[in-house]
Amino acid sequence: MRRLLNTLYVTLPDAYVGAKGETLIIRSDGVKEMQVPIINLESVIVFGYRGVSPDAMQLCIDNHVSLVFLTPYGQFKARITGETKGNVHLRRTQYRWSDNGEQTLLLAKRFLFSKIGNARVSLQRTLRDYPDRVDQDRLKSVLLLLNRQIREINNSQSLDELRGAEGLAARSYFSVVSEQILVNKQGFSFKGRVKRPPTDPVNALLSFLYTLLANDVTHALETVGLDPQVGFLHRDRSGRNSLALDLMEEFRVYFADRTMLTLINRQQIFPDDFVRKESGAYFLKDDARKIVLTEWQQRKRDEIRHPFFDEKIAVGLLPYAQAMLLARYLRGDLDDYPPFFWK
Amino acid sequence: MMVLITYDVSTMDTDGQRRLRQVAKQCENYGQRVQNSVFECLVDPQQFKELQLQLQKIVAPETDSLRFYHLGSKWKGKVEHYGSKKGYDPEGFLMI
Repeated sequence: MRRLLNTLYVTLPDAYVGAKGETLIIRSDGVKEMQVPIINLESVIVFGYRGVSPDAMQLCIDNHVSLVFLTPYGQFKARITGETKGNVHLRRTQYRWSDNGEQTLLLAKRFLFSKIGNARVSLQRTLRDYPDRVDQDRLKSVLLLLNRQIREINNSQSLDELRGAEGLAARSYFSVVSEQILVNKQGFSFKGRVKRPPTDPVNALLSFLYTLLANDVTHALETVGLDPQVGFLHRDRSGRNSLALDLMEEFRVYFADRTMLTLINRQQIFPDDFVRKESGAYFLKDDARKIVLTEWQQRKRDEIRHPFFDEKIAVGLLPYAQAMLLARYLRGDLDDYPPFFWK
Repeated sequence: MMVLITYDVSTMDTDGQRRLRQVAKQCENYGQRVQNSVFECLVDPQQFKELQLQLQKIVAPETDSLRFYHLGSKWKGKVEHYGSKKGYDPEGFLMI
């Protein structure tokens, strides 16, 4: 298994990223702030507007370091990628399977099976850890419903049926996420997922975390030679990284939702850490964004025993592990694709 | 693993000054300059071999010297810092 390398976050508004030799140099106001060897990096995420020199872009591409530009609020702007890598046969199989109803349905089932399974674990943990602070009946009834939807998903005969079951499961899961928020309940009231734009703090935090996750998953897929744009559950739409969205289903709860809960419940993030725009959209303030990024990086360094490889890996490598398994399945080295299950 | 690299390059002549610049440049590609002739490099065994070979090609063994200290993967407990220019932790949270 590969080594988990570091991510460099460039959040200074006037930072400019240049290259010198095999290193990236970050300057602010013409003063050198940091110089990092490219071999220590996995990805560079730039939140500012000043940009990155073409030399630095080249250096990132040559070393397979993903370079992503986000707005200061964390919305995705652009990604710099080099030549398409990987095996053409693998990608052709991916395209063929994506057009094949049977294969598509099977993979879509695996992704959703894992998504809802992991959502269930998250609720069970809350129930176990805080039995006195939550509405037990509400959580238990949703758990029952999730169990039923998992069976539905297994028995689905078509993508539409599958999406129906998933939609129902997701709605009922999100309906009790507010139960998992134990402090500042007023400021962090959450009635369901709202995106583009998020209209309350919890949704704003989730959107920000999902963007970070999507970048990691996209990069992982590219690394193993899969095309992030051609998915199974998510169908083609221009500009959409459908396969990344597919694979992300396995990690949404485990990575993003749990990080959101941790940040709120540990009182690292407060309701006034968000700004409300005139449009009604909520965004993280600069200082709070720093806290979220720190926690995100911290989380990636935690270790977990991977259920399939049965070996301890850094949580940040999970997207790679799953992308690798998916590639192996497409190549025919595995009889089935084992999605990620949180225990 | 973390490797600490220190060097002494004789700068009596212009060739020595050139060697000094080249050694520093090479080390920069692999690690962080923590003091004037001291670099901390977070590398894997292969990267370390590469760096070592490149440095050995640059220096003049009769006048210059290189020292490599292997701090391993649990290097954090072995390093203390006092004073200015604290530097960054290459395994820590990198944000600027």
